[in-house]
Amino acid sequence: MTSADQIVALGHVSYDMAHLIGAVILMMSFGLLYQRRLTAVIRLYSFQAMVLALAAAWQAFVQDAPHLYASALIALLFKGIAVPFALNWLVRRLGIHRTVETALGIGPTMIAGVGLVALSIVLVLPVTASAAAMTRENLALAMSVVLLGLLMMITRRNAVTQVVGFMSLENGLILAAVGARGMPLVVEISIAFSVLVAMALFGIFFFRIRERFDSLDIAYLETFRGERR
Amino acid sequence: MIIGTVLGGFLCLGVLGLLGSSLAATHRLIYAGCLVLAATATGDGLFHMIRYGQEAVPAVVLPFGLPWLKAHFRLDSLSAFFLVAVNFPAALASLFGIAYGSHVPEPRRVTPLFPLFLFAMNGVLVADDAFVFLVSWEAMSLSSWLLVLSNHTDAAARRAGLVYLVMAVFGTFCLLSAFGLLAGPTGAFDFAAMRVAKLSPLATSLVVLLAILGTGSKAGLVPLHAWLPLAHPAAPSHVSALMSGVMTKVAIYGLIRLLYDLRGAVGWEWGFLMMVLGAAAAALGVLYALMQRDLKTLLAYSTVENVGIIFIALGLAIAFRDHGEVALSALSMVAALYHVVNHALFKSLLFLGSGAVMMATGERDLDRLGGLLNRMPVTGVCFLVGACAISALPPLNGFVSEWLVFQSLFKGPTVAHWAMRFGVPVVGVAMALAAAFAATCFVRAFGVAFLGRPRSDAARAAREVPWPMLAAMAVPAVFCLCLGVFPVMVTTGIATVVEPLVHVVLPAAVLGWPWLSPVSLTAGSYSATMVLLSGAGLMITTLLLVRHLGTRAIRRAPVWDCGHQEDIANAQYSADSFSQPLRRVFGQVVFRAREEVEMPPPGSTAPARFTLFITDPLWTGLYLGLQRVIDAIADRVNHLQFQTVRRYLLMMFLTLVLLLLVVAVRQQ
Repeated sequence: MTSADQIVALGHVSYDMAHLIGAVILMMSFGLLYQRRLTAVIRLYSFQAMVLALAAAWQAFVQDAPHLYASALIALLFKGIAVPFALNWLVRRLGIHRTVETALGIGPTMIAGVGLVALSIVLVLPVTASAAAMTRENLALAMSVVLLGLLMMITRRNAVTQVVGFMSLENGLILAAVGARGMPLVVEISIAFSVLVAMALFGIFFFRIRERFDSLDIAYLETFRGERR
Repeated sequence: MIIGTVLGGFLCLGVLGLLGSSLAATHRLIYAGCLVLAATATGDGLFHMIRYGQEAVPAVVLPFGLPWLKAHFRLDSLSAFFLVAVNFPAALASLFGIAYGSHVPEPRRVTPLFPLFLFAMNGVLVADDAFVFLVSWEAMSLSSWLLVLSNHTDAAARRAGLVYLVMAVFGTFCLLSAFGLLAGPTGAFDFAAMRVAKLSPLATSLVVLLAILGTGSKAGLVPLHAWLPLAHPAAPSHVSALMSGVMTKVAIYGLIRLLYDLRGAVGWEWGFLMMVLGAAAAALGVLYALMQRDLKTLLAYSTVENVGIIFIALGLAIAFRDHGEVALSALSMVAALYHVVNHALFKSLLFLGSGAVMMATGERDLDRLGGLLNRMPVTGVCFLVGACAISALPPLNGFVSEWLVFQSLFKGPTVAHWAMRFGVPVVGVAMALAAAFAATCFVRAFGVAFLGRPRSDAARAAREVPWPMLAAMAVPAVFCLCLGVFPVMVTTGIATVVEPLVHVVLPAAVLGWPWLSPVSLTAGSYSATMVLLSGAGLMITTLLLVRHLGTRAIRRAPVWDCGHQEDIANAQYSADSFSQPLRRVFGQVVFRAREEVEMPPPGSTAPARFTLFITDPLWTGLYLGLQRVIDAIADRVNHLQFQTVRRYLLMMFLTLVLLLLVVAVRQQ
């Protein structure tokens, strides 16, 4: 086997692996859309973050970019462990209903999700025609994850699931970032920290809503603002 | 060079006015300074027109303004011509201001802004890039806006200021977009680059439309005139003279610069549009003027009429040029520019006259004036000359320019298109109607204000105004006569200005002295000198005949007093009663004029009341309609401010998906 063949073979393997990991992240997003129980939602999110860490680590190995290991570590520690732990603690502490009320039925949500994935593939593949195949697939998957996160935010009534949707959206951003060559570490760190800050803010916010309305259903918030009677 | 010094001088005077406005002498000093500077600029413009002809003084680039653009200035024959047309009335207004400036209600709010206003107008004229042009244009709008608001304790002045500001912003926005289109994606904002820029047909149409809207809103073209009769009368009279007589001319300069210089080829349809808009402005403006009781509002509406006449001539010039009739195009341009000068002269004169009347009586309501000719003979005679000139009576200047416009209008059907063939007679009728109404309007204005008996104590106690004001009115009156009596000199001068714009010289034979025969020697010719000589001859003959043949005996008898023993001033024709026939014929259709007479019951000692209701169809229809539409949209959009969190997210999400879909579809 010549060295050129090796590179080609490695290219195939690295491409397949990255594709597989990205697809798993996307499947997790669909799982988040599908799941009705709050603890399961948080667990799924935790899995998604861990797979994201795996994706970052794989990219670090393939691209030979050591700083991506740091990204992977951040994703694992913050998103895979710290954030789900905090969310679980909040759910326990606030005694929230363990079922999730959806604004849109599960079936239509899944169909909309499939449509969004199709849209991002249709959109991304022609735009990035000149880029490497790996980057293109990665971008399409990342964009699907972002759109599914947004979809989750608007189809759920409960504040905790909205936060999880936001975090999952952010996972999509990180996925896109690690796939693209030359993304500086500093950007990822700052994103990670901003997510952490957002998490802290959301936590405080939950406590305040809860104190005021005895629920985390944001419908109460709307009543309070005088938009619904 | 000289004009640069003048511009700097205006700025210095403005600063001086800000610093030293507490001293009465400062005001006089500033107006005197403005007089000197404006006279210098007039001389410079004249010198430039004579010395250089069509050659432009090379552009001057000064290192301020936008860092990548610098500031370009240039003086060509068109600029020089407008320098004269702007600065000569400005000098007169300054002279008037020496005596009048301390008489306005709040002189400290007026004096510092006066030189700045002149500075801005001159800046527009010498600008050679869009940035300097627009900044000067905006400075002109803002300084005149502040001058309108100088009397801001009056609610009417505040309203006028608001409407003016909105319209000025609209106009500048249009011009900004027009220059943006001309500059193109490379951002070549200097005029030299714009002249050679290639534009798509759509972009050219947009530029022309925006130019007409932008400059038309400043010049007072119907239907963008709404601010003009509010704002012009609200300012002090010498400023009104500048706004009405001069600032509208700066707007017309902008239009000529954009459509004739920067954009050489403009379709005849646009000329047709300008012609029709101009005809509407001429007819409607003077109809409005005829209904007004306020002397200054009347003059402001008359400005709308005259701007309409100028637009008719400018539109004709475009239509002729697009059809290759360059000689006729040059003739129309000459007519337009002639009317620019004339209107600048007599409108300034009339506004200064109204200022003199206000100073002497404190009144501008026609129904509280009367009999002023005996008390203010010089003002009265000057006002009469201005009124005759604006009514286009020979041998004064207004006749020559309107006659030239008519001459070129009659040649309109040479443009072989049915719209022009049918449009030109209609426009001609509208303009003839406007000319007749203008005469009626000024018979009414002069007759009610200066003839008859005083209708108020203030009018009875009127005294003649000081000599600087009289001089400021007498000089334009003399010039109205000169420009009317020696028209060939003026047309020859203007022909050199027009030449670079239309690339043709008006044939000298057509302009032979003393006969002005613009089209051909047989089609129509006019000699003001002959008219004047024969008129004077006839008058002298009649005088001599009456003297020699008539009796010398003097018979004194009581004046017939229409059966009234006592002296009741109210029994005279009032402003409203004079215009009643025309109001009943035209006003009921156009203005929905309604008269109500309220008679007291028998035995009651209450007075009978006559009330007149006039609605402005353009204001209620167009402006208030637009306001209703904007209010309705705002109401709808306001709901977006009060959505639920999830609804906001949904809107963002749907917008994102929609935009992505657009991108996806466009890629296929």
